[in-house]
Amino acid sequence: MTTPVRVGPYSMRPAPRALVVSLALVAASVALALVAISTGEFTVPVADIVTALFGQGTPVAELIVSQLRAPRVVTGLAVGAAFGLSGAIFQSLTRNPLGSPDFIGFTAGAATGGVLAVVMGGTAVQIAAGSMFGCVISAVLVYALAFRRGVQGYRLVLVGIGVNAVLLAADNYLLTKANINDAANAGAWLNGSLSGRGWDHALPVAIALAVLVPVCCAVSRPLRMMEMGDDAARAVGIRVEPVRAAAIVAGVLLCGVATAAAGPVMFVAMAAPQLARRLTRSPGVTLIASALTGAVLLTAADLAAQRLLAPTQLPVGVLTAAIGGTYLALLLRKDRR
Amino acid sequence: MTAPPLAGTAKTEPSAATRGRSAVLAAGLLAALGLLVLVALLSVALGARSVPLSTVLTAFTAPDGSSDHTVIRELRVPRTILGLGVGAALGLAGALMQSLTRNPLADPGLLGINQGAALGATIAIGLLGLTNPAVYVWFAFAGAALASALAYALGSAARSGASPVRLALAGVALGMVFTAVSSAILRMDSQAFDRMRFWLTGSLAAQTSDVIIRLVPFMAVGIALGLLLAKPLNALALGEEAGRALGVAVGRTRVLTAVAVTLLCGAATAGAGPLWFVGLAVPHAVRAVVGPDQRWLLPYAAVLAPVLLLGADIVGRVIATPGEVQVGIMCAVVGAPVFILLARRRRLAAL
Repeated sequence: MTTPVRVGPYSMRPAPRALVVSLALVAASVALALVAISTGEFTVPVADIVTALFGQGTPVAELIVSQLRAPRVVTGLAVGAAFGLSGAIFQSLTRNPLGSPDFIGFTAGAATGGVLAVVMGGTAVQIAAGSMFGCVISAVLVYALAFRRGVQGYRLVLVGIGVNAVLLAADNYLLTKANINDAANAGAWLNGSLSGRGWDHALPVAIALAVLVPVCCAVSRPLRMMEMGDDAARAVGIRVEPVRAAAIVAGVLLCGVATAAAGPVMFVAMAAPQLARRLTRSPGVTLIASALTGAVLLTAADLAAQRLLAPTQLPVGVLTAAIGGTYLALLLRKDRR
Repeated sequence: MTAPPLAGTAKTEPSAATRGRSAVLAAGLLAALGLLVLVALLSVALGARSVPLSTVLTAFTAPDGSSDHTVIRELRVPRTILGLGVGAALGLAGALMQSLTRNPLADPGLLGINQGAALGATIAIGLLGLTNPAVYVWFAFAGAALASALAYALGSAARSGASPVRLALAGVALGMVFTAVSSAILRMDSQAFDRMRFWLTGSLAAQTSDVIIRLVPFMAVGIALGLLLAKPLNALALGEEAGRALGVAVGRTRVLTAVAVTLLCGAATAGAGPLWFVGLAVPHAVRAVVGPDQRWLLPYAAVLAPVLLLGADIVGRVIATPGEVQVGIMCAVVGAPVFILLARRRRLAAL
């Protein structure tokens, strides 16, 4: 137990380990970003990155840094953070590591909405809107189907798997209906990929994070209390329903906006909160550390996906699914005492 | 519970009630076979270009080389035969797996076995450039065997056996890994991707008749083996100890069931791609009607699953004319609600 720090009417209890881990995660994401921007087929020295970003570098360096690599890296960081945060929220609400949006069909719903927009030849804004809409619909659907005098953990997960399967079938159907160019675009997007992402992809996610991170900070502590049960949380004076509603809305929006930008990248939302929890040695789900872990995970995965089989570029979603599935299998193995 | 038969009187005459029930079940099985024949005929007749049943019959008795007859003989009949084989294989595999693992959520697609078979076939076709189905089906078998072994190893706990939820999760996790590796392989080879795109969704239209002919023996052996396992599986349903006491070779039954499941899933996936839920929905529906006796459950599942698969395929052909909806999509749309209903049950009773 650490001593509380008081500033006027506010007080907080700093967790030194969480703070150190968070700073280390920030440093790691900056380092990964620099590596991703400076290396590749055309090497840009780290010193030239800043000048290129501010339009002072050589034209080639400027094109590569500020038009090609930087937006991809920023999109990756923002999407990873959004998925990590969304995963942390839902894992906390369901008290179950498998209750994350990529596993219970929310990401798949966002993907189906997005594919629908892609196949209908929608613009970037319409694709984003389709993803958000799909995410909200699937979230409502999964909760409604899993509800039976409350939503119990494993039922939610199993219903999510079922809904996931239907949504995947819907994606496949839409792909066969589309003309060949739209189908190719939608297929690439469905793998979950950061390739060719520009500033217009990064911006919506960044805005969503700017708005929703404060909301998440506000509900972070009540959520932690609610992990002990609604009654216990009410007993210490938490208004459970508004907190839960705010958390669900924030989680669904983050999942939808992240999927719109990068496609349904699996397992970041599931793994990030678990890794963050182990890193910070926190007893419950930690929102901010989860967001940072998500950013580091996705950026590192994208870097690996670009370089592992070079010159073949893997979509990052393929890599995260392969790693994440193995991780989940190990989790199950460890879980069997 | 009836009292266990005394030693020496185990072979008593079945009571009149048992005999009556057997007669009803046998008649039901005949009716199911009749339904299967009807659906198969419809599958040959209906499609983007529907043909009257009389023309279907003359296509076999007196082929005149007209375009209708060519469509029927070259496209619809192979497709229907593939549907029959794949449906029977998956339905029986699902029933066998549910019986062996005593897990209500066991399904070849859900446990990642079909995805494992698909990965094997992808490696053979995409990486090694094999085109002979009699060769690459062995890769599908290897993938299916590996996947079922992994799913079972991950899903089972040392003490209490495989819990339904854990097995389903292990299967989903493995299925994701297999699918991801498959799509990574196909990414590197756009020609292979083009060839395998429809197959990966699950389609009965993606194969030619010479491929199907080579897969039929594997399915036939798997189906025969699976049906022969009904009796020992019945005894094992009472628990391992009771099964052993009733004279069942527990280890051999397990291994033979795994072999049958691998043959069935590998051949079905090599033919039609990774299909979900056929092996889940049909055995549950059958069990609700005929009860838990494997001697009836297994043949019913093998006969009725192709009815569902061909029915789904026909609907997929008819609702989207002139195009069609692949049967893998139809299976998910039909089967997932069954799965969700099962998941909503308060307690997932072990079988």
